[in-house]
Amino acid sequence: MTDLIKALEPAQTQHPRIQPGDSVRVHLRIVEGNRERIQVFHGTVIRIGGGGVNTTFTVRRIASHGIGVERTFLLHSPRIEKVEIVRNAKVRRAKLYYLRALTGKATRLKERRF
Amino acid sequence: MGEERLSLSPLEAVMKGIIGKKVGMTQIFGDDGQAIPVTVIQAGPCYVTQIRSEEKDGYTAVQLGFDELPPKRNGSSRLTQPKRGHLQRNGMALPDLRVLREFRVKEISVEEGQKLLVSDVFAPGERVDVVGTSKGRGFAGTVKRHGFNRQPKTHGASDRERAPGSIGATSTPGRVMKGLRMAGRMGGERVTAQNLEVVVVDAEKNMLAVRGSVPGARGGILLIKPSRKQR
Repeated sequence: MTDLIKALEPAQTQHPRIQPGDSVRVHLRIVEGNRERIQVFHGTVIRIGGGGVNTTFTVRRIASHGIGVERTFLLHSPRIEKVEIVRNAKVRRAKLYYLRALTGKATRLKERRF
Repeated sequence: MGEERLSLSPLEAVMKGIIGKKVGMTQIFGDDGQAIPVTVIQAGPCYVTQIRSEEKDGYTAVQLGFDELPPKRNGSSRLTQPKRGHLQRNGMALPDLRVLREFRVKEISVEEGQKLLVSDVFAPGERVDVVGTSKGRGFAGTVKRHGFNRQPKTHGASDRERAPGSIGATSTPGRVMKGLRMAGRMGGERVTAQNLEVVVVDAEKNMLAVRGSVPGARGGILLIKPSRKQR
């Protein structure tokens, strides 16, 4: 019976495997009337949620005037053109909510190299 | 007169209804990239097992059968003789069907023994009502069953957090009013989810997907009918 669900679920898009702490550039497809353009949202992945076709991830960036902005995306949404991983970071937890309380230099994460 | 009010929509004049089984929920993406929450239903194939007519039964309806049962390992049927007999009437030779349900219709447009697929009945974009049996909650208190508020945890309250509060006055009237909402059995009853949009119809897989949620547990039997709100 669950095969029926699988048959209906859209194919999962192939994005690189993102992890909490990664610095990413999310290329979003924005439709304005008839025109379509790409917008890039650049920031740190602070959360990965859901599973399967319902996987979501939240990206946090510091916008102008030091205002923190967080956006949650559906990983397999057709609106996401591409996800680029700019940098991996060494983090010790799955949800990086503690970054919200930190500012400036304290928000730096140690890079993880392979 | 009342005749006018009782008249059914053209949709319901023909046989519009099917029996299904809830499979579960997922989400799909629409053309504009919007995520649509859908409930997947294994709908049909159904067979017309009996026609109820005004002359014979006093009302018109179509009885559908659903959920084919495989025979036991020794080859014998899993149905009782009377049930099997019902499906073999007038040389119909239908498979063993576990579920029989009736759909009221104004005019009969089908024949006994006819096979119905989802695609014969519904198309994407149509609105349907889905009838199911809600999940049983057992003996539930007033907070869960009727949405009563909880009482304070502190300020001297003890053992009163989920209590119903007062259930009436004292010697006048000296009794508890009839119909007062109290704790009791909850769920396990017939519930209709109205006006759901049909998103996917797949005749090959006997699959139907409607937008939103549907009553009952996975594997529960569902009746799918045209929406009443459409009239």
